[in-house]
Amino acid sequence: MEDCLSIAGKLLSNRLFIGTGKFPDKRIVKDVIRASGCEAVTVALRRVDEDSEEENILDYIPENCTVMINTSGARNADEAIRIARLGKAMGCGNWIKIEVISDNKYLLPDNMETLKATEVLAKEGFFVFAYMNPDLVIARQLAKAGAAAVMPLGSPIGSNRGLKTEELVRIIVNEIAIPVIVDAGLGRPSDAAACMEMGCDAVLVNTAIATAPNPVKEAEAFNLAVKAGRLHHLLGSIKTMPHAKASSPLTGFLRDIK
Amino acid sequence: MNFSDSIKKYESIDFKNTFSSINVKQVESALAKDTLDIDDFLILLSPAAASCLEAMAEKAYKSTLQNFGKTIQLYTPLYVSDFCDNHCLYCGYNANVNIPRKKLELFEVEQAAKHISGTGLKHILLLTGGSEKMSPVSYIKDCVSVLKKYFSSISIEVYPLSEDGYKQLIEEGLDALTIYQETYDRLIYDSVHPKGPKKDYFFRLDAPDRALKQNIRAISIGALLGLNDFRQDGFFTGLHAEYLQDNFPCAEISVSVPRIRQAAAGYIPSFNVTDRDVAQLILAIRMFLPRAGITLSTRESPAFRDNMLQLGVTKLSAQSVTSVGGWLSGADVYEKLEQFSISDKRTVRDIRKLLKDKGYQPVFKDWMNI
Repeated sequence: MEDCLSIAGKLLSNRLFIGTGKFPDKRIVKDVIRASGCEAVTVALRRVDEDSEEENILDYIPENCTVMINTSGARNADEAIRIARLGKAMGCGNWIKIEVISDNKYLLPDNMETLKATEVLAKEGFFVFAYMNPDLVIARQLAKAGAAAVMPLGSPIGSNRGLKTEELVRIIVNEIAIPVIVDAGLGRPSDAAACMEMGCDAVLVNTAIATAPNPVKEAEAFNLAVKAGRLHHLLGSIKTMPHAKASSPLTGFLRDIK
Repeated sequence: MNFSDSIKKYESIDFKNTFSSINVKQVESALAKDTLDIDDFLILLSPAAASCLEAMAEKAYKSTLQNFGKTIQLYTPLYVSDFCDNHCLYCGYNANVNIPRKKLELFEVEQAAKHISGTGLKHILLLTGGSEKMSPVSYIKDCVSVLKKYFSSISIEVYPLSEDGYKQLIEEGLDALTIYQETYDRLIYDSVHPKGPKKDYFFRLDAPDRALKQNIRAISIGALLGLNDFRQDGFFTGLHAEYLQDNFPCAEISVSVPRIRQAAAGYIPSFNVTDRDVAQLILAIRMFLPRAGITLSTRESPAFRDNMLQLGVTKLSAQSVTSVGGWLSGADVYEKLEQFSISDKRTVRDIRKLLKDKGYQPVFKDWMNI
């Protein structure tokens, strides 16, 4: 049976999500999506230019790829909510990545405002993907508020530093029932593989692909890494099932002691 | 606390001796760091660092690519009034300069807006001369109201306003403020602004604080290069930008590096600022403030802009017209009365093509009025 990710009312067979910012040419996005098999991309509404002669980023996203509008530029819950509603009104669907940044120096997300926006938008029928600092307590509250997924950062956005938040993400993966997608900071395919091995449901990559010398090939590399990491995770799960283990090779002798 | 409080402890620095005492070894050690502090920034502005431009450029290129990708945001200025009560020695709109003055009627603002929006640009910078009487907040507010029909981001570059003035404009749809201190050296500031409201150094210096207290989205600051030693004014520009980033973390802070151009006032800059100097300043700012926007205007030559765009620059103006009414069809004499002369006269279409040829994405829209 195919290993699909059930998320926000859809079944995705590809677990690599891609961000569409920072590309040297919007047209590349189409090739990147095709080469990687990616089925969900994020688009910053602030950059969608519908009534212009300029190319519109949405024109380069194939129909079978789901657009998730992100609220980039929002400084608080209220602005994120307004951007989400605006995106929906513009026909961009109801998948929304809540990105509330009240710190432009490090671009770290504001968990409290993200939670507030999630509470409102989930009730309005949005599938909310909440970009967050990896904090278990907030992740639980986001899940409770109806988020479709939590998106803890691997390291600061755009930093390419990899999965520096590993221990905190692992705790969220272990404890949270909704999908966990590591978003931000993944610099190499091996970082993406590490996330998947750990049990994350998907990863989102932008800078590492968009600023690579060959974005299309880099997207392919990430795709392979995500698949490899996922496969390893699935195999690992089987290996640790109780019935697959040899029975007590180290302490079996204790059974004979009275 | 405002920046006017925070700047004071740096004003006693003996810049001349400090800069000349810095050696290449210090530059190399600053270059080896991931995160630069204000001392490292000072080091990178030194004459010693001028011999390390290639190494600085390499780091600046990587940092820009990582933080912004190969994207350049485009905008253009729209001058709506050149009436001015100030006497800035370096400016073509100086109140002493005997030129016919003009202020656009709102229907003319709309006409110009239509022309500009035809280029595809979505970011506009509205400018007035420094006359509160001729271009009061109410007039600027009316202009913003017209412009928001055509543009997704509206900035102003006008005389410094009170907090309430900014509040009114932000409520109308203004989202960004550009205000240059011209020079951070108080004595030079005083001498190049002999008369007029602009003489108040601190009221201008704290304008970004006031706008940010009203939650403006973005601020662009800078010094007018040529009024003072560019290293010293560059240092204070970086210091100011860092202060704004630290104190208003929600805001998007940008730095501009305008160089004095020939203007109707006939001012000859006291300090010669070369291309190498401007390049060093841009590189140093990029390394010190990796996420700050950096603007390079049409004051600079096409060749210089083309080469600098991968070394830290994130915003370019295009098809700039620095005269009131210059955007109107059938513009008359006023078209020729520029605040300063343009060096890069290429159209939006030209700049768009240039960026694409260089493998850069021209960004026409990067904000929307929400």
